[in-house]
Amino acid sequence: MFEGWDAVGLARAQFAFTMSFHIVFPAFSIGLASYLAVLEALWLWTGREVFINLFNYWLKIFAVAFGMGVVSGIVMSYQFGTNWSAFSDKTGSVIGPLMAYEVLTAFFLEAGFLGVMLFGLERVGHRLHFVATLMVATGTLISAFWILSANSWMQTPAGYAVNADGQFVAADWLKVIFNPSFPYRLVHMVLAAYLTTALVVGAVGAFHLLRDQHLPGPRVMFSMAMWMATLVAPIQILAGDQHGLNTLEHQPAKVMAMEGHYQSHKDGAPLLLFGLPDQAAGKVRYAIEVPKLGSLILKHSLDAPLAGLDTVPRENWPPVPITFWSFRIMVGMGFLMMGLGLFSLWARWRGTLYQSRLLHICAMAMGPAGFIAVLAGWITTETGRQPFTVYGLLRTTESASPLASPAVASSLIAFVIVYFAVFSAGVIYILRMMAAPPHHGEQGPRGDAPARAAGITPAAGLAARGSAR
Amino acid sequence: MTGIIDIATIWAFIIAFAVFVYVVMDGFDLGLGILFPLFPKKADRDVIMNSVAPVWDGNETWLVLGGGGMMAAFPLAYAVLMPALYTPMIAMLIGLIFRGVAFEFRWRTLSKQNRWDIAFAGGSLLATLAQGIALGAMLQGVHVEGRHYAGGWWDWLTPFSILTGLALVIGYALLGATWLVLKTEGGLRDKAYRLSWWLLFAMLAAIGAVSIATPFLHVHYTQRWFAWPNVVLTAPVPIAVAAVTALLLRSLANRQDYQPFFLSLALFALSYAGLGISMWPYIVPQSITIWQAASPENSQVFMLFGVAGLVPLILGYTAWAYWVFRGKVKPGSGYH
Repeated sequence: MFEGWDAVGLARAQFAFTMSFHIVFPAFSIGLASYLAVLEALWLWTGREVFINLFNYWLKIFAVAFGMGVVSGIVMSYQFGTNWSAFSDKTGSVIGPLMAYEVLTAFFLEAGFLGVMLFGLERVGHRLHFVATLMVATGTLISAFWILSANSWMQTPAGYAVNADGQFVAADWLKVIFNPSFPYRLVHMVLAAYLTTALVVGAVGAFHLLRDQHLPGPRVMFSMAMWMATLVAPIQILAGDQHGLNTLEHQPAKVMAMEGHYQSHKDGAPLLLFGLPDQAAGKVRYAIEVPKLGSLILKHSLDAPLAGLDTVPRENWPPVPITFWSFRIMVGMGFLMMGLGLFSLWARWRGTLYQSRLLHICAMAMGPAGFIAVLAGWITTETGRQPFTVYGLLRTTESASPLASPAVASSLIAFVIVYFAVFSAGVIYILRMMAAPPHHGEQGPRGDAPARAAGITPAAGLAARGSAR
Repeated sequence: MTGIIDIATIWAFIIAFAVFVYVVMDGFDLGLGILFPLFPKKADRDVIMNSVAPVWDGNETWLVLGGGGMMAAFPLAYAVLMPALYTPMIAMLIGLIFRGVAFEFRWRTLSKQNRWDIAFAGGSLLATLAQGIALGAMLQGVHVEGRHYAGGWWDWLTPFSILTGLALVIGYALLGATWLVLKTEGGLRDKAYRLSWWLLFAMLAAIGAVSIATPFLHVHYTQRWFAWPNVVLTAPVPIAVAAVTALLLRSLANRQDYQPFFLSLALFALSYAGLGISMWPYIVPQSITIWQAASPENSQVFMLFGVAGLVPLILGYTAWAYWVFRGKVKPGSGYH
């Protein structure tokens, strides 16, 4: 199956595959955890039943998504050692502590309070349960903080020294943690997670409104999701622009690849809208371009000179076609999200937010847009960092484990089979839960199962039995 | 061995502590998966799952701390051991995937023949076997050249590593059975008591077999355990094992629900202490000591602040979560 692949190529394929599956779940659960905290807060504040119904409805979906995020995440944390042992030896002293802090401050917090959040409403009371929900939501955000700090350090290393064994060691922890690209990446990723969740919630709301526009739950969630898209999508585009300028400063070759700039432009670079990058020839074929716009966006001046990959040694080129195309997919998704937000705003102003079938169909079609944008964005930033793992300092080929190709190929095949079998089942279960609308008396995961012992009457259990179907 | 307590030594104990807490916490819920095929009734299985559903995720986080902490505090050891234990590690991860998702998936499937029950049992068994094999493979030593693992990708497979793999399966199953004694009632508990008896004798046989086999692996282990004056320090371990076993037998005979689980944990703690005695001061046995593998002091100090401040907090709210879901899990409360 993988004849002709070397162990490094296989290890990269394995990381890309397992990472692509993994990132989908945290991107969803970061946003969903915050959304659940908002729903519970609204319920406690207003006492309106629709909020607790929505809370329990999304909590069941959260439980399944979170479980998949946990198990795919354990794979990631061990993969550094199994497939990238040379990288671990060299960078463990710097990024290891960041990941250790992620475990200590985030994973335990999420895991410790998750059980109470899922099953404990009747056992601990409303206020303490809300605290548990807040702790889980906070945990997901702290987790994003540390893992993006570690990733950003690999993109824009700072505050380090190199010891006699060739290992990176920290010289200044604050500079390591708050390395130059970290604030931009953190904002961009957390906003992406919020948008991803909002689009999923909006699509589920729209799906049920298409069938019955009077359902209270779908109306509330659709409205909330469309507000989120309206407000956050433009902010995300601005944040992405700032992130891009930061990348231009610290990782110029990545921006060259994103823009398809093989050649330097002395007086104003064009913006390539589309084209087919030809890595071997070092040029973009069939390019459709807007003159000078590239310089305007990146340098805020029409005639500013912009260097191309011809100023970078060939062996340091990132793979332009993948970076170029994934970047365009991400940006395209971003503008579609903003368009949906504006459409919903117009419908809201016209008073047809819950009636416009076209809006609901558009919102449904955009349901997966956040996931596509997150994946495309990650592919852009990770392939754009190539051929390095630590940008400019440690090459990917020097990072891999001393393993024979068959070992890596076997584990890759195993992961592919297991991930498709397990996670497609999980996605089916989630879609099945989404297919039923939230209703009166919605119960959380296992309903009141653990609470029965605490003296809830069988009648409540019977009601839950009905709702679980 | 140096007599001074330095930061690398402190970190060796922290990693050992994290791994032990993992073994304590995930051990019993992996054990439940191993015992799952022996409880074919759906009602029993629902109770078993509900007894750990609120806490399994936190239990598994200790494994991430053990791995992540090792990468941070002893990067060289992590970089050598992970490729050396490649196949068992991948097998463990795949096992953990299957059993982890089963906690939620088994309530969501519509089919009568619940394949996630098979995933839970099979995944738990695979993960446990892989952990035990990895332990044995590590104890028997790995081939290191320079800063890299230099052996093949089947070096881990030996009779000794198979023995430690089976021993861990038995051990976790004992923890699972005694957990059920603690958390359940009626017929389920009666069956758990019967299983506990068998598993305790199997566990003692396993401890004996591993203890006899270990000194044959390397002369270092023989000297560590039997040379004078070490024997003064090592002899109490088997004596304590005998004492705990006696208490455990009595608690099983008297059917004191709360005791067998904690006494089984004590048996694990003693085995674990024995393991530590065998390994010290190596982190990759016979090749790399904790001082050779240690990351620079500023990395270890930086993390020590986090561990000192946060681990007590973590233990606190973890204990609270267990307290919230204390007591017997009632049969029939899993209504699905």
